[in-house]
Amino acid sequence: MSSLRQSKPEEPWQAPEGEPIIRIENVSKRFGELYAVDGISLDIHSGEFFSLLGPSGCGKTTLLRMLAGFELPTEGKIYIDGQDVTDVPPYERPVNMMFQSYALFPHMSVADNIAFGLKQEGMPKARRQERVREMLALVQIDKLAARKPHQLSGGQRQRVALARALAKHPKILLLDEPLGALDKKLREQTQFELVNIQERLGITFIIVTHDQEEAMTMSSRIALLRDGRVEQVDPPRRLYEYPNSRYAADFIGSINLIDGHVLSQEENRVRIRSEEAGCDLEVIHGQPLLAGTPVTLAVRPEKVRLDSGDAQLANRVSGVIKEIAYLGDVSIYHVELATGKRIQFTQSNVQALAEQPLSWEDEVVLGWPANSCGVLTQ
Amino acid sequence: MKGLPLSPLRGRGLIIGVPWFWLGLFFLLPFLFVLKISLSEPVLAQPPYMDLIREVEDGLVSISVNFGNYLLLWEDPLYRGALFGSLKISAISTLFCLLFGYPMAYAIARAPSHWRLPLLMLIILPFWTSFLIRVYAWIGILKGNGLLNNFLIWSGLIDQPLEILHTPLAVYIGIVYSYLPFVVLPLYATLVRLDLTLLEAAADLGCRPWKQFLTITLPLSLPGVIAGGMLVFIPVVGEFVIPDLLGGPDTLMIGKLMWTEFFSNKDWPLASSLAAVLLVVLIIPFVALRHFEQREEAV
Repeated sequence: MSSLRQSKPEEPWQAPEGEPIIRIENVSKRFGELYAVDGISLDIHSGEFFSLLGPSGCGKTTLLRMLAGFELPTEGKIYIDGQDVTDVPPYERPVNMMFQSYALFPHMSVADNIAFGLKQEGMPKARRQERVREMLALVQIDKLAARKPHQLSGGQRQRVALARALAKHPKILLLDEPLGALDKKLREQTQFELVNIQERLGITFIIVTHDQEEAMTMSSRIALLRDGRVEQVDPPRRLYEYPNSRYAADFIGSINLIDGHVLSQEENRVRIRSEEAGCDLEVIHGQPLLAGTPVTLAVRPEKVRLDSGDAQLANRVSGVIKEIAYLGDVSIYHVELATGKRIQFTQSNVQALAEQPLSWEDEVVLGWPANSCGVLTQ
Repeated sequence: MKGLPLSPLRGRGLIIGVPWFWLGLFFLLPFLFVLKISLSEPVLAQPPYMDLIREVEDGLVSISVNFGNYLLLWEDPLYRGALFGSLKISAISTLFCLLFGYPMAYAIARAPSHWRLPLLMLIILPFWTSFLIRVYAWIGILKGNGLLNNFLIWSGLIDQPLEILHTPLAVYIGIVYSYLPFVVLPLYATLVRLDLTLLEAAADLGCRPWKQFLTITLPLSLPGVIAGGMLVFIPVVGEFVIPDLLGGPDTLMIGKLMWTEFFSNKDWPLASSLAAVLLVVLIIPFVALRHFEQREEAV
């Protein structure tokens, strides 16, 4: 996972005195019997690139639509810039939204689409045209001003939608799956541009996505949602390295999850007996754990390595390679332990060629240090 | 694939050919007959007009073309008045059909989806009864001691019955009532397809609900407005039954005039020329609109 940020993002959520630009206070949204959003509280700070991440049906879009004002919360309050906007209609909110379907006005030219919001606030024509030019330049579609939406490619439409949403210089931009309709190559390029624009304009971006990679590369913080609740809110690196639940661990990237129970704890060193792995494992964990507590040990495939004998590996398991997935830069190996449990590990292919190549049915010993894995209690 | 019986191009030609053939046989050909009759002279015979081409003596053929009917239509204020009167009544009725039909179509398109079909059925329901009977029924409502006047007198709003039947107002009421479904249906079809996220996008950009309607909904439903408007305007210009039953002696519409010329005066050539003029008058805006649309698409 790599971040697209060019500079180290500030961490406004760390500062206790900072007023959040958005405060979501215990917000719920019920559709009939179903809670789409179930008691979410979040503080989002000015200048953040904040992602709402989760599978479809987790409530992320509903939450975004409540921020835009298209849905009213069943319970709870929403504050923008300290002002209670819970019941404020969308056309009076200081936020703008970029829609998943782009929702460009088909009967208006690109320039008229971008100018639409400015016209609503009664900006004089000359200044409006100036702003439209500025926006067209920002998203690099200067030559398309006179076109109609149906004469544009998907990528161009996406840019118009972005320009239209940014034209009013909102404090907060909401983006609903902004890259969902683009192909992979264009998506990666556009991710970079979005981050660039966000850093340049200093606007708070709140983006809804189901694509964990997208969230990881762009965000300053990610809120992982599940069934209308927040599972974890953290910067990408923390979310990846220290997931606080099985769900979070499994959703972001791939991970080996090994069930067991706590055997003993000495200071921060926890011993876990795992039937699944067929041996005892060690992990560094700060919180005290009672002996006998059922836990899950989580270790990322890239943290698992081949035991070459000399390494200081606290955990060792042996097994047979059953599957190999070649991904170009790395390969993923599935190793089956004697207990039948499968462990994934990745190896860079530069390394794989240098050493003797691994093959199917090879017997291998894998290991990982106690400080490269985590322990999950839920 | 080998041995296809029809190339795709020929297959397509065949399908496009069907409506052309249909129109040629049942529209163009009869129209040519009408055109021919309109250029002939009336006679007291069966049929009551002279052929354009007659054999005078052996081998000698006389072709006589009579533009007199068209000249008469232009010069006689009766016919000109009837034509412009028809266009005026038709235009005003179309406007009112749209004014009443738009909110109805809008309400149905925005109703919960399980309500839409029953509501549309209610719009179409009057078609189950004969058009003639429905128009006739309005006489009972609008006449001096009809339902409407009796109700208004009973409720104390008026003392004397209003004179509505056999006035232009009665004709407008009859036309708007009869043709309303023809605007509601195409308007509904465009409004129900309207992407509601466009309205959300407009609201998000600071546009208030009423302005959303004017800047987004209305322009995007224009095809439905035009289709519905044409479906009313064109047949109403030639409408005969409604002005005959509900109108008075002074509501002169071209359809009524045509009836008189054909059946009472037995002047087929004059009636035919009226029909031909009417067609041309109605085709002009249609062609202009098509032309405009194509230019719009080409941009």
